[in-house]
Amino acid sequence: MHTVIRNGRVIDPANRRDETADIYIAAGRIAAIGTAPAGFSVQKEIDARGKWVLPGLVDLRAHLREPGQKHKGGIANETRAAAAGGITTLCCAPDTNPVIDSAAVVELIRRKASDAGMAHVLPLAALTQGLAGEQISEMYGLQQAGCVAVSNGKIPMANTLVLRRALEYAAGLDIPVLLYSEDPWLGASGCIHEGVVSTRLGLPGIPACAEVIAVGRDLMLVEQTGVRAHFCQLSSARAVELVAAAQKRGVPVTADVSAHQLYLTELDVGQFNSLCHVRPPLRSQRDRDGLRAALADGVIGAICSDHQPHDTDAKLAPFPATEPGISALETLLPLTLRLVDEGVLPLHEAIGRITWQPANILGQSAGTLSLGARADLCIVDPECYWTVSEKALVSRGKNTPFLGWELKGKVTHTLLDGRLVYENHQ
Amino acid sequence: MPIDKLQQDANGNLRHFLTLEGLSRSVLTEILDLAESFITVDAQSVKKVPLLRGKTIANLFFESSTRTRTTFELAAKRLSADVLNINIQTSATSKGESLLDMLHNLEAMHCDMFVVRHADSGAAHFIARHVAPHVSVVNAGDGRHAHPTQGMLDMFTIRRHKGPDFGALRVAIVGDIMHSRVARSQIHALNTLGVGELRVIAPKTLVPPEASALGVHVFHDMARGLKDVDVVIMLRLQRERMQGALIPSGGEFFQLYGLNADMLAQAKPDAIVMHPGPINRGIEIDSAVADGEQSVILEQVSNGIAVRMAVMSMCLGRAAGEGA
Repeated sequence: MHTVIRNGRVIDPANRRDETADIYIAAGRIAAIGTAPAGFSVQKEIDARGKWVLPGLVDLRAHLREPGQKHKGGIANETRAAAAGGITTLCCAPDTNPVIDSAAVVELIRRKASDAGMAHVLPLAALTQGLAGEQISEMYGLQQAGCVAVSNGKIPMANTLVLRRALEYAAGLDIPVLLYSEDPWLGASGCIHEGVVSTRLGLPGIPACAEVIAVGRDLMLVEQTGVRAHFCQLSSARAVELVAAAQKRGVPVTADVSAHQLYLTELDVGQFNSLCHVRPPLRSQRDRDGLRAALADGVIGAICSDHQPHDTDAKLAPFPATEPGISALETLLPLTLRLVDEGVLPLHEAIGRITWQPANILGQSAGTLSLGARADLCIVDPECYWTVSEKALVSRGKNTPFLGWELKGKVTHTLLDGRLVYENHQ
Repeated sequence: MPIDKLQQDANGNLRHFLTLEGLSRSVLTEILDLAESFITVDAQSVKKVPLLRGKTIANLFFESSTRTRTTFELAAKRLSADVLNINIQTSATSKGESLLDMLHNLEAMHCDMFVVRHADSGAAHFIARHVAPHVSVVNAGDGRHAHPTQGMLDMFTIRRHKGPDFGALRVAIVGDIMHSRVARSQIHALNTLGVGELRVIAPKTLVPPEASALGVHVFHDMARGLKDVDVVIMLRLQRERMQGALIPSGGEFFQLYGLNADMLAQAKPDAIVMHPGPINRGIEIDSAVADGEQSVILEQVSNGIAVRMAVMSMCLGRAAGEGA
């Protein structure tokens, strides 16, 4: 299939490209930008006048709920939601049921994703078997099966010795480790940031130091082992400061933040709004400002969705009894673009945080419109205002605190390997 | 939904009674005044008024309680309502039924009010958001969050002893502030009623991290905290919490934060001593003080019935009026 996307504003931060041009796609790859390559016969034409043509988004963390919890999501459906959000590559978290700690589970996920054909799904292998934090996983076999990194999901690593061994082993294989850092005891019984709101509502709190202490410990082990490490979904200003200090010392660590952490705070919990029940919890205004500052100065290199679709019942209970998480694939792009309007990031930086930078963290070639690269891209109407509603979301999970928010920027087309996988007819 | 919209109707009338936070001084005073009118019902030979005749009130206690459940039951019966006591504990969930399904079944049985106690903070709000429009919800204690009828009966008791001018009072709340829904309700009520000074006294492990945001002065020294106060409210310290990391032992807690006669002498001579019960003698409070002249602990229990009558009649009376 030969496809041309005409007259779009082509923005490719990885290549410092920003121009109105035509993009030519052949054999699933970017064949040319600007002038048609010799012998290119147009079979499909997409008019992108007045729109932006961006690299397909790369999401470092999404929960697809399969295998194990298909009533909440499923690979086919959630990758369709990813396509609707302009995401063409995503990492699926290892906390499936069964856990991604065997080649069989990896193969199952890859086959289902391939059958669905809506997005490239990169499985994250469990750091420890069963995510139990006791025995390190068969990382080599999992890497061979197709896992791009290892992670213990959101299950904190209690045993420092096991963590050290796991990091050493991963370092030996040169496989990146994605760390979710939380002290298991300080955070154990909590469901909300320990602060003003937890005090007022009488909800058990998770102090910011649960994250800060764990990041501090993990950084020491990262330095000791020399592993390629990435800190996921940071939520506190102090933890970010620790990462920044390590980066300044030359430790090659990276970090990401969930998009919702850049907008919401503990105050949004209001009167027990279970849609704001997330882990790590929404923290203080000061923390939110710290995360934004770290994003602006490059300490935080990526913004992820941390997509966690839930069935309705998961949020229909008293706050502590509800399940944490936000359905977030389809709000990742507009929330990131909003950072531009709010002056947090220049446009190219913002797009870079959800395209080539997360890909770079994983060592994957994605998130660019380089010549010869896979033609994974999305076309965005930057002036389209839309209201987040249950009906508007493709994801099976309708659990988002952004319901009712008016967001700017809507994906109109998504192409995967040059194939149109999403088109918004509205 | 903002709490005032959930708890009160457009005219400011009580629809549910979930928390004292956000309720105005006039609503609190109305509850106290109405309770005052009900206190005499106890003294009548027929201890009943017909205000809620024909109404059905279900006590849903997901967490065990004898005192609170009994006083709610008595209050409802003295208002001539029919009362269902449903012993839920964990049975509903152990059979796999969701909380909402259970509530909808009770609605189908035409209950008019749910009195709810639950171990999770926010449970009463959750239930209030999902009940049918004709049902009122009264929070009988949710997790660490609120116990608003206890808060109001404490205000009632204070007002009966110290008069209506809360601005002239210095009040100290002592003990396990961190886990206490009673303390949170008392703090909201006292601040709304314009208390002169509000202190909490506890070891640092039992004070929530942002307590001062609630409008209290925090003391870790019992003698200093009790100096010249008019009201001493002792809180229950659960025995299971005495192990582990919160406090080293009941003995040391009593040494530092227990109320004995010597410590009470720091307060004003006419200070009253309160406790929501059940009391742990020799751990929170010395028997001589608990049974002493300054103690109003048993009065609190009696007052609880009148205050609960007031709250129930305000919620259901208004609901009935709306429907008429």
